[in-house]
Amino acid sequence: MAQANQPLIVVDNLCKSFEQGEVLNHISISIREGDLVSVIGPSGCGKSTFLRCLNCLEILDSGTISIAGVTVSRNGPGETITDDLLDKAHLLRQEVGLVFQIFNLFPHKSVLENIMLAPMVVKKESREQAEENAVRLLKKVGLEDCIHRDPATLSGGQKQRAAIARALAMNPKVMLYDEPTSALDPELVKEVLQVMRDLDAEGMTQIVVTHEMRFARKASDYIVFMDKGEIVEVDDGDILFSNPKNERTREFLRHFEGDAL
Amino acid sequence: MRRTLTILGLVLALAFAFAPVALAEQNELRWGGDTEGGAPYMFQDPKDTTRVIGYEVEMIEAIAKKLGRKPVFVQNGWDNLIPGLQRKLYDVTLDGLEITPEHKQEVNFSIPYYATFLQLAVRRDNKTIESLEDCRGKVVGTLKQAYSQQVLEEFGGIEVRTYEDEINAYSDLANGRLDATLFDAPIAVFYAGFNPDIKFVGPEIGRMEYGIAVRKEDKELLKDINGALVALRDSGELRRIYDRWNLWSPMMAKEFNDYSPRTVDAVMFNEWAELQKPEFTFQDRMKRYVSFMPVLGRAAVTTMKVSIVAMILAMAFGFVLAVARVFGPSFLSRMAVAYIETIRGTPVLIQLFFIFYGLPNIGIKLSPFVAGAVGLGLNYAAYEAENYRAGLISVPKAQMEGALALAMTRWQALRHVVIPQAFRLVLPPVTNDFISLLKDSSLVSVITMVDLTKAYGQLATTYYDYFGTGIIVAVIYLLLGLPFVRLARWAEGRLAKVGNMARIENESTEELIASKDGVL
Repeated sequence: MAQANQPLIVVDNLCKSFEQGEVLNHISISIREGDLVSVIGPSGCGKSTFLRCLNCLEILDSGTISIAGVTVSRNGPGETITDDLLDKAHLLRQEVGLVFQIFNLFPHKSVLENIMLAPMVVKKESREQAEENAVRLLKKVGLEDCIHRDPATLSGGQKQRAAIARALAMNPKVMLYDEPTSALDPELVKEVLQVMRDLDAEGMTQIVVTHEMRFARKASDYIVFMDKGEIVEVDDGDILFSNPKNERTREFLRHFEGDAL
Repeated sequence: MRRTLTILGLVLALAFAFAPVALAEQNELRWGGDTEGGAPYMFQDPKDTTRVIGYEVEMIEAIAKKLGRKPVFVQNGWDNLIPGLQRKLYDVTLDGLEITPEHKQEVNFSIPYYATFLQLAVRRDNKTIESLEDCRGKVVGTLKQAYSQQVLEEFGGIEVRTYEDEINAYSDLANGRLDATLFDAPIAVFYAGFNPDIKFVGPEIGRMEYGIAVRKEDKELLKDINGALVALRDSGELRRIYDRWNLWSPMMAKEFNDYSPRTVDAVMFNEWAELQKPEFTFQDRMKRYVSFMPVLGRAAVTTMKVSIVAMILAMAFGFVLAVARVFGPSFLSRMAVAYIETIRGTPVLIQLFFIFYGLPNIGIKLSPFVAGAVGLGLNYAAYEAENYRAGLISVPKAQMEGALALAMTRWQALRHVVIPQAFRLVLPPVTNDFISLLKDSSLVSVITMVDLTKAYGQLATTYYDYFGTGIIVAVIYLLLGLPFVRLARWAEGRLAKVGNMARIENESTEELIASKDGVL
């Protein structure tokens, strides 16, 4: 488990609206290096958008996001998105890995090439260096037997582990997961969560948007509960699940009462 | 991006390398004509298809000799002989061009070098048609844009069918599609005179004079040519040319005021007559087809060259258009759409005319090859752009996001992730387009190039053989297209694989939607 380190991620008054309305409403949170944080909340509460903003796949409307020394800020949706802002966003992405619920592996490349591509293109690593690194990461996520296969031939769990290895190949300081197990058959969920547990043990800072309540409760350092674009409650898993302070949290958790948490 | 531009530059450089350096040299007399026009004017020598013969060829060569200039033949479609002259593709043009008030508005004519009339022809069993008057209510075929068409239309009450060439008109007459035909007398004699199913009827109709066309501003050249024509007439040389081709007539005797008997035999006419004899063995025929090969081979190279350069241009420019349309800022995207819609909405033939005959008006003068390749290339670029666009938008957006999330720039994501997947998707339609471009390239014959289709027309009019020659040319087109058909099939095989992957990804999306509903 992580020590009480410096905050690696500082989010201050993050707001984001789409045409349909406000999705994120003044989100502020600090996350320390090495933390494993689960974000839970009802569908449409803005948790995925929050993650996409952290990676700058969505450019924030206003507020400040600061990750590993790179700061992106904007004063409102009216402010033009400058090249400088986009450059910052690009820098920030190099520090932040993002794993999608449907994997987004590149179907025209082998598993190995999927992992080698970004380091070679973005970081200009040599083929040898990228390959060595990719093989090491594939071993780490237990895919050493799948190196030369087409992504299409992998099971869902294998695909997601390959996607994690691909994100790790950029050597990020933070890993973000957007419902990483939602597209998986139940028996394949465990192998993906195990990879995340292993990374936590190594001290990786991770934020997981998830519906796996058991994982959220047992594995995370703390849980963020979001609803209607706001952070409602941040607390230790055991406390949040057994004794939620907020009415909205209680309401949400009632759906999971039957599950063995 | 830079590499794409480099390739584009290279293609253009290559294209311009083919352009002739100087169009006219001082000591040459460049003359334009259409060998598809046929006998006896100008046509390919049946004994050596690389040579052009005809009484007009002999005449213009005699004129050039008188002027001390070297005659150089320039091929152009008959309809475009005068636009080609104005565009300075050649110094003079002739090919049975009638001296008419309409033509005289565009160019100057020499004194008439030949006078003739129109000849009505019907099927041998026809007893009802003996004059134009009898043609009222009947179907009559003639040559497109010729004086004869004008005569028929002004006469009134006649259903006029126009033809690109005389052979098809006469075979339609013989097989009953037409009731009669009206052609210049020399054409009638050479193309229908040997046909046992056809007879000539009625009096001489109208009077037409052929002249050599010269640009309005070339007053000196016109004077020189008239001088040479008078000299050739007075020395009897012109008469001897007409006699060799059996073209001397009472009308000409009156015109030249020369009633003396002939001094040379109709050797050229007799050679032509020899060819028209039906007793022609299979072996003779095969031998003749083999003799076509040099001409068809050269034409096939032209077709291939212009198609390949056009296709490279179309693929490169189409790619730029597609990326601009899909990923560019809105003004670029709008410009790309405007270009694509304009080009797709207008006929490629008109685009070629515009580029070749129109652009010189604003000082842009392209060689036939460059104009053809650029014209077809710019046209097909619009279609390729749409192919690419379909490919680009069928790559799931998630692929772009996946790449961006790995800190690739937008261009890197396009280059390494989106475009390679789109490329596999569009390979089959792009190859199909190349095959259709190969065929559309026949349009370059309107801008003076001799491609396969043009060569086909020339050989067919020379030998009166659209059938056998047609089969040979069709086979050549098939052979040229074959490698690309194979490429398309191979690409489809590859595509099946990528398609499967896309389907698997989609399925998991569907499952995801289903499972989400289940969870909450």
